[in-house]
Amino acid sequence: MAAVQSGMGEGVEEKDIKTEPASDGFGNNNANDGRLVSTSPGSNAPAASNKPVAGGPPEDQQTLLAVLQFLRKNKLTESVEILRREAGLPEDDLDPNGADSSGAGTGGAAGSVDSDAGDASSLLTRVTVSSSAAAQAPTKAAAGEDQPDVSVVLSAYSQQGDPALYEVYYSSLKRFIETVLDCHRAELSQVFYPLFVHMYLELVYNNHENEAKAFFEKFSGDQECYYEDDLRVLSSLTKKEHMRGNETLLDFRTSKFVLRISRDSYQLLKRHLQERQNNQIWNIIQEHLYIDIFDGMPRSKSQIDAMSGSLAGEAKREANKAKVYYGLLKEPEIELPLDDEDEEAENEEGKPKKKKPKKDSMGSKSKKQDPNAPSQSRIPLPELKDSDKLDKIMYMKEATKRIRLGPDNLPSICFYSFLNAYQGLTAVDFTDDSSLIAGGFADSTVRVWSVTPKKLRKVKSAADLNLIDKESDDVLERIMDEKTASESKILYGHSGPVYGISFSPDRNYLLSSSEDGTVRLWSLQTFTCLVGYKGHNYPVWDTHFSPHGYYFVSGGHDRVARLWATDHYQPLRMFSGHLADITCTRFHPNSNYLATGSSDRTIRLWDVLNGNCVRIFTGHKGPIHALAFSPNGKFLASGATDGRVLLWDIGHGLMVGELKGHTDTIYSLRFSRDGEILASGSMDNTVRLWDAMKAFDDLETDDFTAATGHIHLQDNSQELLLGTYLTKSTPVIHLHFTRRNLLLAAGAYNP
Amino acid sequence: MAEERRQKQCSVVLPTESMKAMAESVGVGQLQEESCVALSEEVSYRIKEIAQDALKFMHHGKRRKLTTSDIDNALKLKNVEPLYGFQSQEFIPFRFASGGGRELHFYEEKEVDLSDIINTPLPRVPLDVSLKAHWLSIEGVQPSIPENPPPAPKEQQKAESTEPLKVVKPGQEEEGTIQGKSQGATAPDGKGKEKGLIRLKPRSTHELSVEQQLYYKEITEACVGSCEAKRAEALQSIATDPGLYQMLPRFSTFISEGVRVNVVQNNLALLIYLMRMVKALMDNPTLYLEKYLHELIPAVVTCIVSKQLCLRPDVDNHWALRDFAARLMAQSCKTFSTTTNNIQSHFITRLMFLQSWLDDKTQWTTRYGCIAGLAELGPDVIKTLILPRLAVEGARIKAVMEGPVVSNIDKIGADHVQSLLLKHCASVIAKIRPQPDNVEQYRTDYGYLGPMLCSHVMKARTQAALQAQQVNRTTLTITQPRPTLSVSQSGLSGSTGPRTPSIIKVPSSLALMSPRPGTPSQPSPPATKYIVMATSAGAASTQQVITLSSSQSASPVTSTVPSATSTLQPLVKLESGSGPGLTASRPLQKYIVVSLPSSASSSLETKSSVLPTSISSTPLDTGMKLDRSESPGASTQSPH
Repeated sequence: MAAVQSGMGEGVEEKDIKTEPASDGFGNNNANDGRLVSTSPGSNAPAASNKPVAGGPPEDQQTLLAVLQFLRKNKLTESVEILRREAGLPEDDLDPNGADSSGAGTGGAAGSVDSDAGDASSLLTRVTVSSSAAAQAPTKAAAGEDQPDVSVVLSAYSQQGDPALYEVYYSSLKRFIETVLDCHRAELSQVFYPLFVHMYLELVYNNHENEAKAFFEKFSGDQECYYEDDLRVLSSLTKKEHMRGNETLLDFRTSKFVLRISRDSYQLLKRHLQERQNNQIWNIIQEHLYIDIFDGMPRSKSQIDAMSGSLAGEAKREANKAKVYYGLLKEPEIELPLDDEDEEAENEEGKPKKKKPKKDSMGSKSKKQDPNAPSQSRIPLPELKDSDKLDKIMYMKEATKRIRLGPDNLPSICFYSFLNAYQGLTAVDFTDDSSLIAGGFADSTVRVWSVTPKKLRKVKSAADLNLIDKESDDVLERIMDEKTASESKILYGHSGPVYGISFSPDRNYLLSSSEDGTVRLWSLQTFTCLVGYKGHNYPVWDTHFSPHGYYFVSGGHDRVARLWATDHYQPLRMFSGHLADITCTRFHPNSNYLATGSSDRTIRLWDVLNGNCVRIFTGHKGPIHALAFSPNGKFLASGATDGRVLLWDIGHGLMVGELKGHTDTIYSLRFSRDGEILASGSMDNTVRLWDAMKAFDDLETDDFTAATGHIHLQDNSQELLLGTYLTKSTPVIHLHFTRRNLLLAAGAYNP
Repeated sequence: MAEERRQKQCSVVLPTESMKAMAESVGVGQLQEESCVALSEEVSYRIKEIAQDALKFMHHGKRRKLTTSDIDNALKLKNVEPLYGFQSQEFIPFRFASGGGRELHFYEEKEVDLSDIINTPLPRVPLDVSLKAHWLSIEGVQPSIPENPPPAPKEQQKAESTEPLKVVKPGQEEEGTIQGKSQGATAPDGKGKEKGLIRLKPRSTHELSVEQQLYYKEITEACVGSCEAKRAEALQSIATDPGLYQMLPRFSTFISEGVRVNVVQNNLALLIYLMRMVKALMDNPTLYLEKYLHELIPAVVTCIVSKQLCLRPDVDNHWALRDFAARLMAQSCKTFSTTTNNIQSHFITRLMFLQSWLDDKTQWTTRYGCIAGLAELGPDVIKTLILPRLAVEGARIKAVMEGPVVSNIDKIGADHVQSLLLKHCASVIAKIRPQPDNVEQYRTDYGYLGPMLCSHVMKARTQAALQAQQVNRTTLTITQPRPTLSVSQSGLSGSTGPRTPSIIKVPSSLALMSPRPGTPSQPSPPATKYIVMATSAGAASTQQVITLSSSQSASPVTSTVPSATSTLQPLVKLESGSGPGLTASRPLQKYIVVSLPSSASSSLETKSSVLPTSISSTPLDTGMKLDRSESPGASTQSPH
């Protein structure tokens, strides 16, 4: 079934059968607890999300086989049956393969795994061998491993070249690239980094420790500075044993490094390597690199630098081709008790008149369907309750009083400092109506403050509730226990630092995600924990409620983002594909998509409906810690540890802007309610305001060279920067625009 | 640079000795060299891995500081039991020890007496987290309230004053505009148009807001007004307020003009007030004063060396002002003197220039100022510039004191100069001159002042010895002498100042954490011997006396002081019992003065095996007490 669903239509350059995707599937299954594959037959999504996102049909087949092997090995025969039935693989399909492979006659992992799994795993080895056989005679694959999957992955390195010659190969290539025409040099230089890494790893894998060290010392200085973090990891890795269980390395190995090179430059490189008989390098390029060739002018150095920096190279162009419905959903029609109410309440002459045309314009706007918007029922959304409608009315009222922002009309900023937090504040969130603030702390507590005069009250106990007259008009008021009124409440329950926090749009719930691997749902009526969502086994770095409520997303150290519904204790979707921790998660305003930022320095946009990854954005040079969608849903802003804010056009899948100015990690990004201003808050104790309108306007006059995906970014950060506001000693970790466009900021004072 | 760093990263591996040490600590005796190498590589790799994971937790904890809990969490990720016991928020106090050719860093776990803990009163409960709101910006403009940082940080003030062109240099426009924007915020001010223009001078920011003008008026009036309470408040405000930089040019002009006028009018009180303003400005940590030194320093120097500062020099205590100003000058030399501006040497040459003219015609007041100014600059300056002149000055004083009565004013002046010289020179001589102090020798060396100097020196020696004795082995905090100057209004009416300028209070510089109970303030038992170890260099040399209550009463302790560095031969002097001065009354007392380089003196305490009793008798509690007083509850946070 997963195979059937591969809607990506990958144009795979080389048709060699690879084992990487297979092991990719393995990794996911390990993380996801393979049980899930079989337990949710009702929805098609988990299976879909399980499959590796990048992979053509033949690779999918491999993935399935690998999954089957894993299941068999763990004696999950029932699951095997189900999966095979689903995928439409006949049972005897596997056995001849197994026979074949034993005929191929290499030892490999086949010897070590139990007979149960023998057929499938030997198939894997056969595949490995066939791929590496193209290069050189396969030598001893690490036999007798406990982790066949890992060893299979690594065994591709087992080809032996003369270790002393690696330096020669590399420097000859370097000389060649330095002498080519300028226009090709920048493009070809991209090859250096992945080559360097793979050559180093090969040396290490084949136990040439000293050569590896020498190689590293000689050439690590040539690499681009934004790879420094990865090089640091690499430098500490000097032994074959270290390679096992090192995730960074497995990522590098399992995912092909993607380069975008123009056809001319590629031909040049190919010719050179073939002339020189430089097989070692050619093999690496063939096997571990994915070269995305385009026709046209080679790109310039700055163009390349803008897009590179991620753990696995740039995104393939195909990865960003899928159609994204980034438009907003139609606002629900709301009957108008509000006008009467308004008139009665305020008794102003001008008000209702003003309101009417406003309302009409809104109505007319919502009537014509945005061609880019998803259909209203694409994702089942919860029905509006009466209280939600009231809130919508409030929202519209406030919206009329909203200040129109712009370069000449900057927002006021109100800063909420957390005092005496002793460096323990880890997450902050405001409710949409700005009435509550929640803080997550390193001491596992979650605290909620009311910033309006209205105090926080609990609902009365069950016994007391029985005494209440349920027919009275103010029953909602009566159920509250006046004795518990206070300005803040503390929620206990987590057993580790709380790293992510998010209010539900209706202010009834609060989500918190923690180092203890759980996401908790708290009731803001009773101030108790309602559910603990377990699934992530590792720290959960972030969580975010859907703007329509009900759904939420979480992501953490296990590299899998999960979509949950509040009334399901198991995730509805799992989004896997990131190569490192997922550091931040955000819902699109139309709830049909969600964005995840990761330590692998990419941002991915996922379709909630089918779990597909529809966009991969590369260009950041550090882990991403902040994401924000523009209110119209068209753009995405992201901030990272490198102190830069990047702007992305979701529809075209392109980077459209770069805002430089911060000197430290950006922890918070937010667009003003109308999208004119982007505010960014950072560890460098500043709030900066950027002219988002201008950034996006300039761009719309440009015509996109969407075909090649090239971008010309002008360096206009300084023109777009509207203001910098320094706090005394308070890192800014959260920003929020009130409905009237007042900017709220929060952080812990750090004396 | 990055390359170097990277190469270092590549090669850093724990030394194999550490592996051996660790193995021994868990009872594995003989570890082979290969195993050590293999182990150390493996351990280094794992440590790096954990550190990388710990960094993740730091980032998500929104901190810049890696804490022990981050490491614990990283260990948990790897399914390793976290380390218990490292809970300190701040740095971990590793201690260093060496011996047997090995160097060790270890975490000292003190044995804690539970009853002590039970009996100590509970520390204050740390304050609960609270939320406080303030305006960071109002429609794009940052209000100057205490919650916000000062409008221009010191670095920016410095950048503005030292590199005024940098802000507008076309090539560096980017950096400049960041700074410009951070202040003005609202102004996108038609950048495109201005791009081509090269402005040679930055726009001056000399307009003060109405509030600032009011503030300036209030402050200056209070500073020179008659209400002492108001003045104290105003000075306090000058010394602490973060947002004064815009008013700084006004203040410095106010001071320099004020001094100019009041010197002519001989208005002593006002001069003192102005000097106190200078002091307050210098105390303010947020001000970049360098830009205005050209106005402030002449004013201060005037107050040091001016011929006449008051209407009745014979009655008013202008000496105090001179002392105070000299101290201010010394302080500014210390803080502002750099290789480029070289304030100190300019100042010295200026004073020397005056002094070289110090023939008999020079007023005693000016002479006093010169000497005071030089003397405040420290013992080195005294040694090189004042001591050689002692004989000459002595002769002059003698001429006035013993010669025919010229005028009362001269006499008072000479008297002051004499006491000033004695005060400052005695301590320096006590350090550089070997004992014994021979009156005749002093007379030949220093002339008229010799005998007096001799007695002062001896007094200084005993005093130093006594202080050092108390200081010995206890935690010592030396608060820098901070000059405070207060003038009572009535002082103008003319009570004669006492001989030593009493209105300047220099708080005693020694604050003892725990005075030893057994310390004899006046050593009475004859068997007690003192070893006085004085560091040979430095003004605030710590002098230590170690008391030995040894039974071998008669024999003088031979100095078996193993000096660790032993670069300097210890000078051991046995003072004859019949020496003059205070000690002469106790014939059996022996003083052994050992002069050591300063570095040796500290190691001496721990190493010398000859001094067992004194070391053990020192209570270590002082350190413990210090630790306890730093309970988290004591510190409350607030962004003010």
